[in-house]
Amino acid sequence: MVLGKSGQAARATRLVTVIGVSMSLADTADAHARPTWLALDKLGVLIAIVAAVGVVLPFALFRANRIVPGETIMLPAALPLPLVFLLAAVLLAGFVAALLRWPAWLKLATGFVVLATLFVLVGLAASYLTPEGETFARVSPGAGFWVLAFAFALLVTDALTRLRLRPQYRVAILVAVILAMALLLWSGLWNDLSMLKEYASRAQAFWSEAQTHLLLAFGSVATAALVGVPLGMVCYKVRRLRAGVLNVLNIVQTIPSIALFGLLIAPLAWVAANVPGAKAIGISGIGAAPALLALFAYSLLPIVSNTVVGLLGVSPAAIDAARGMGMTRWQRLLAVELPLAFPVILTGIRIVLVQNIGLTTIAALIGGGGFGVFVFQGIGQTAMDLVLLGAVPTVALAFAAAVLLDALVDMTARGARP
Amino acid sequence: MIEIDDVSRLYGGVPVVDHVTLTIQPRTICVVVGTSGSGKTTLLRMINKLVNPSSGSLRIDGEDIAGIPAYELRRRIGYAIQGHGLFPHRTVGQNIATVPKLLGWDKAKTADRVDELLTLFQLDPQAFRDRLPHQLSGGEQQRVGVARALAAKPNILLMDEPYGALDPVIRAKAQHDLLAIQRKLGTTIVLVTHDMEEAIQLGHTIAVMAHGKLLQSATPTEIIGHPATPFIAELIGSSERPFRLLALSRVADHIEPGVAEGAPIDADASLRDAYADMLWSARSAMPVTRHGEIVGRLTLDALAKLAARPQ
Amino acid sequence: MSWGIAIRLVALVVLVVFLVQPELFAGVFGALTQNGQPSIYNQGSLLDITLSHLGIVAVATLAATLVAVALAIIVTRPFGAEFLPLSRSLANIGQTFPPVAVLALAVPLLGFGTAPTLVALFLYGLLPIFENTLTGLTSTPPAVVEAARGMGMTGWQRLVRVELPIALPVILGGIRLSVVISLATATIGSTVAARTLGEVIIAGLQSNNTAFVLQGGLIVGVLAVLIYDGLSALERLLLARSGQASRANA
Repeated sequence: MVLGKSGQAARATRLVTVIGVSMSLADTADAHARPTWLALDKLGVLIAIVAAVGVVLPFALFRANRIVPGETIMLPAALPLPLVFLLAAVLLAGFVAALLRWPAWLKLATGFVVLATLFVLVGLAASYLTPEGETFARVSPGAGFWVLAFAFALLVTDALTRLRLRPQYRVAILVAVILAMALLLWSGLWNDLSMLKEYASRAQAFWSEAQTHLLLAFGSVATAALVGVPLGMVCYKVRRLRAGVLNVLNIVQTIPSIALFGLLIAPLAWVAANVPGAKAIGISGIGAAPALLALFAYSLLPIVSNTVVGLLGVSPAAIDAARGMGMTRWQRLLAVELPLAFPVILTGIRIVLVQNIGLTTIAALIGGGGFGVFVFQGIGQTAMDLVLLGAVPTVALAFAAAVLLDALVDMTARGARP
Repeated sequence: MIEIDDVSRLYGGVPVVDHVTLTIQPRTICVVVGTSGSGKTTLLRMINKLVNPSSGSLRIDGEDIAGIPAYELRRRIGYAIQGHGLFPHRTVGQNIATVPKLLGWDKAKTADRVDELLTLFQLDPQAFRDRLPHQLSGGEQQRVGVARALAAKPNILLMDEPYGALDPVIRAKAQHDLLAIQRKLGTTIVLVTHDMEEAIQLGHTIAVMAHGKLLQSATPTEIIGHPATPFIAELIGSSERPFRLLALSRVADHIEPGVAEGAPIDADASLRDAYADMLWSARSAMPVTRHGEIVGRLTLDALAKLAARPQ
Repeated sequence: MSWGIAIRLVALVVLVVFLVQPELFAGVFGALTQNGQPSIYNQGSLLDITLSHLGIVAVATLAATLVAVALAIIVTRPFGAEFLPLSRSLANIGQTFPPVAVLALAVPLLGFGTAPTLVALFLYGLLPIFENTLTGLTSTPPAVVEAARGMGMTGWQRLVRVELPIALPVILGGIRLSVVISLATATIGSTVAARTLGEVIIAGLQSNNTAFVLQGGLIVGVLAVLIYDGLSALERLLLARSGQASRANA
């Protein structure tokens, strides 16, 4: 696993080669006369086909209560007529933007408008379809909504990829999207959607599990960074230690997460019972303590190996120059090697953070809390809305963390280059 | 015969090759010289359709190549590039057999051809056939690259900076070997380089390019004696011109009857080497030997006349 | 080196003996049980469960390999070049989806049992293989591709005879990552009733029996290490044979 994780560190450089290749491919394509139909965007055709499928699939799902199978509702019946026309007009604009070779920023803007319209209208559809005064009925987004959202998310992603925005702008877009989502949730437009109904009946539990989830995911990464980076530095300096430490950490990664969580129960219970004061600081056999420890253990390998790889990747010329200027070993490490290796180390932390936000869901199985509580409760009750209440925030959190840290890696990588 | 007829190639509206017309005679070596960005490589790559011309036409032995499928044309033309481009996962033998295999030669014929080429390039078939490219030295890799290009007995061989990655000693040997092989096989060679020294050494004709245009195409003697533009004169290096002229001729062609003192020189050596030797040993004449026997002498006076600007 | 092989051989033998005759190890695991709990998993044959676990991983990985390699080939051909940047972004975004979420969301579509687990493992296994195949195909030395073109290979011949063989070790590296991730992730499949070693671990968690947890965890861990090492060795062999030994330690 070391290879893959550290391999991601090289992604930035690889991207450059890929761009080079795609340009040379374009060159050869250019050698032949371009047929006129190619003025269509190939990817746009794919997006349009996916979106067309989304239009003919049911837009919403109506169920008499939260676990019975529901009836599907097609787009024209899901909304009041004026809103159906509005959506049709916006979707049409979306199709045109996808199909034609418009500039990327225009595609991006159109994609965001379509997505925003879809998101607002699915909430309105829920209100429209819920009978007055009915509390058990559930309306959830249908397959059509998901497919449409996926198609235009593709359009947005492709436009963003083509624009190759600076990291600051990427973060700005992320913040804008978060604010828009917050506004949507706060406005109450979505209150009649089934997922939000699940939320309404357990709002307090949701926020306390959210807190636990964040604590477990970020806490484990923070401690792993505090331990892992120095450990990586030691492994870099002491060659004999390197293979041994990395092998042990590698083996830890192969133990399935459920098992590792479970295996830590017994020793921690023993510690809680036998070490004075341990119980007072919250250590116990089940709950958050074994989860935190397991997540910490999983986090070490990527951080340590990326630290080693990053330090090994520092150009010998820079080290030589530092030596030539009379820096001591410590000065070299702090002033030259660590700053140059920092982007790679940060990439390791990014991988671990995204991974741990996802893994934390498993902690629920040993009573550790987090969003996994809702996922596993939902699986147990075959209540998909409840599963979504756990899964959607987890995915959103992981996604936001990935975007943010990718931007950070790019910024530091830019700074580290001469 | 390769006829390049008013050929241009544009990238994004900018001409990289700009209305070039050039005829390359069969069984000769034509060296295209230019700085980077002169369009010389693009011109070469148009001959085997790795690049298609934006306008103009190319004919090989009278046949317009536009009508030949690219892959078919390329199998008929040898192609050797800088950094050799050997397939790292195939043995030397398999690498050389690439085009014969594409053409569907039978196994025995292909195997014979591989051994024949290895021998021609002074690589022992027994020792080299089953080695992988990374187990060879740079010079050996380069030789295998050229052998591979010649495998299907093409009439034409295109070479793009083939010796760019070699150190000077190995390069000189490789150039010498190429001349011998060309003489033996009679292949038409088009070679691209940025090195005027190499062009003078190898070319029957030299075509000088700059900014996509063909500036001059002539014999080395003509180019040295009458450079068409100041740029070409600069490429040759004005203080080098007499020595470059001497380097073109061999001692054998200028033997005079008579005797001379001191160490002899072989008739196959270049006049430049002979001149250097005479200056170094402070003589005005030196004996010439062929197969170890003295056959006459060479005089400093004769050299001085030969090094003067051609009339 | 020989020590490493010896240790792995011993681990393999111990694993096989344990799967066939788990009772022999009752004493070892007995120390972890309390109040007369069974020390060896007793709700099914460990061997059957292990084979089922391996089968699910194998099927998912095979499907993921076929699809991921095909996709990577498409986006690196001239007609698919427009999809290349997007496919990279998608692969990157896909990695932010936790396996549990993929698993849970597949249940309403496919019901409980093996099917959602297969789908989750397949989707999750796609990413490393796709990523590595892409790397392999796009990092073929330019001189080699140029030479292949110049010698008159058609696009298909270049792909099959040059690009894929050179990329093979890197692709295999992706498959290796995918298998190891799948081996561990498959255990979660037992929360939706797939027959995997997760069953053993969850039974242990529910009855507070550390011996079960350890058995399930150890079998998966040892399998993962052995498969990982086996594929690594194969990869080194391929790299050496394809003359890319310098890339072996990259």
